[in-house]
Amino acid sequence: MDRKDFIKQLRRYQKGSISRRHFLGVTGLGTATAVLAGSMPHLLTSRRAYAQDLGDQVNLTTWPDYHEVKNFEKFTAETGVKINVTVFGSNEEMFAKLKAGGTGWDVLVPTNYTIETYVGEDMFEELDAALLPNYAPASYTDPRFTEAGNVGGKTYAVHKDWGTTGYVINSSKVTENPTSWKEFWDLTNGAHAGRTMVHDYQLTTIGNALKYFGYSFNSNDEKELAEAEKLLIDSKPNLFAINSDYKPSLLNGDAYMSVCWTGDAKQLKKTDPAFDYVLGKEGGEIWADFYAVPKGAPHRAAAYALINFLLEPHVNADEVLFHGYPVADKRVIDLLPPEIVNDPIMYPAAELLAPLEFGAAATLTNPARAEIMARFKSA
Amino acid sequence: MSAGTSAISERKQAVRQQHGRWLTALLLAPSVIWFFVLLILPLIVVVVYSVGVRAPAGGYQAAFTFDNYLNLPARWAAFRNTLTLAPLGTLICLLAGYPLAYFLAVKASAKWRVLLLILVIVPFWTSFLIRTYAWIFILGGRGIPALLDSIGIEGVRLINTPFSVMCGIVYAYLPLMVFPIYVSLEKLDKRLLEASEDLGAGPWATFRQITLPLSAPGMITGCMLVFILLMGEYLIPQMLGGGKVFFIGNALVDLFLQSLNWPYGSACAMALVLIMLITVTLYLRATSATGGRRDASLI
Repeated sequence: MDRKDFIKQLRRYQKGSISRRHFLGVTGLGTATAVLAGSMPHLLTSRRAYAQDLGDQVNLTTWPDYHEVKNFEKFTAETGVKINVTVFGSNEEMFAKLKAGGTGWDVLVPTNYTIETYVGEDMFEELDAALLPNYAPASYTDPRFTEAGNVGGKTYAVHKDWGTTGYVINSSKVTENPTSWKEFWDLTNGAHAGRTMVHDYQLTTIGNALKYFGYSFNSNDEKELAEAEKLLIDSKPNLFAINSDYKPSLLNGDAYMSVCWTGDAKQLKKTDPAFDYVLGKEGGEIWADFYAVPKGAPHRAAAYALINFLLEPHVNADEVLFHGYPVADKRVIDLLPPEIVNDPIMYPAAELLAPLEFGAAATLTNPARAEIMARFKSA
Repeated sequence: MSAGTSAISERKQAVRQQHGRWLTALLLAPSVIWFFVLLILPLIVVVVYSVGVRAPAGGYQAAFTFDNYLNLPARWAAFRNTLTLAPLGTLICLLAGYPLAYFLAVKASAKWRVLLLILVIVPFWTSFLIRTYAWIFILGGRGIPALLDSIGIEGVRLINTPFSVMCGIVYAYLPLMVFPIYVSLEKLDKRLLEASEDLGAGPWATFRQITLPLSAPGMITGCMLVFILLMGEYLIPQMLGGGKVFFIGNALVDLFLQSLNWPYGSACAMALVLIMLITVTLYLRATSATGGRRDASLI
């Protein structure tokens, strides 16, 4: 078709004497456009373009009540990738399952103190920053929340959010206004016997028993651990339960006090304002969660796409509004309403944060702590 | 001539026998493969792991040591809890299940029997987890304790105690006890009861001397079913015991998933298997001595 002929067809189309389809057909423009579009995927709608690269699903392994479902729906709508979620109760369990192999996991949400162990066991891949354009290391408020993701100068995990481990009280029942771990255990063994819960989790349960004596949350000292064990075993008859799923019992009125993570305290307070969150003045745990990609992830491209999507500031802000854990990303904090940024549960005062400790890798793998926990639970 | 025919028929028979053997092997193959792959192989893995050591970051590291077995007393409390609560639970199931089975098999009219049997099975139509959650609410602060509180009995706590674990156990395992006993009682020849009455025995003597011994196979089967499953129980103590009642099953979960001490966990699992084998053997010996030899063959 020469130029003259093409112009003639174009005039006919403009006058309406031939249809658009006929015009595209005789001039060959239709085929040309299709070929062009096929070789330039981003020109097509995102759904079809991604689908060719990302596959149709991604397996996310995370914690309970930790993501805004609407964000997941949005990701699936945009990419055509379905998100399969698995939740766990502890980092140890997550590590054990991944170590046993054959999980098919693509994205993992490990806590700061486990990352070094995962990397040491060659279980995480070094993250490819080029695939995570929304990851901006410069935008984090405090390097302490992100540094655990870097091992040996390489980035293996990127910051998701952070939080603290304090305790929650039902202030309509617990009127003593406790402010320390000493008071937490004394009330457990005194005025509120039978109404306290501790985690089914060696790190926080042993750590906060150590805090009663003012020892380090991460102590692996034999003598100090022995004292903590004695406190735990003596307190056991006065505990309502040893269970990390404490919200139902607190809401049900069976339990008045429980060792508690930031987001759970926030969610409890939203349901019933009588719940107050206490950070023991002796200290306790501060932690950060990360996104990581295990080596050999079957849907690697989708894994990066999902992490990148969740790090997008607006998406991440919606995540925060849902789960109630603070983030260290300035871009996200700027999007949050002031009542969240000034919330004493989510962003506690600096003097309460100062004595808190990050869990240490040695604490995770210490067999002596595992034995103490077993003796405590079977006592 | 006749010798020839018999030779042919012998050959035919041999061929048929061989075919029969092939057929037997073919029919047995799926279950043999099943048992080998899903029972023997995993068991070998557990045995191998149990003589290994925990890798520094957790998991299994090859070794040959009996330290894990020597360390078994460290989980004595868990074994003790299992070995007291499992037989106790079995006994309560027996005491609660027998009258129910007796009623269903002997007293209930044929018209109602089917409906009543279905009612015993109905709970199995719902997930066990959901039913256990229901128990958490029944025994929790807003359940029975709240009711008792309203009639003046205060401060009762039921959930997260050995009692609540026992409630869950009896509830969950009762049908396993009821059905074998029901079957053995249903087969009971009613004429024996009439004969006993004709010969002057009272109802109690008839029950003790006729009904009870004849239903023994059902009781033995029911007790075995309940006991073996109870020894490995994990979910009920975890959910209704609030993590405070610790069975060996719970110890195993913690060893494998929390402290990542797979070799020690394997040794504990082997110990549990051994304890079960010994108890079951002793139990069968004892019952076959008193209850007749054929009882054992029912299991």
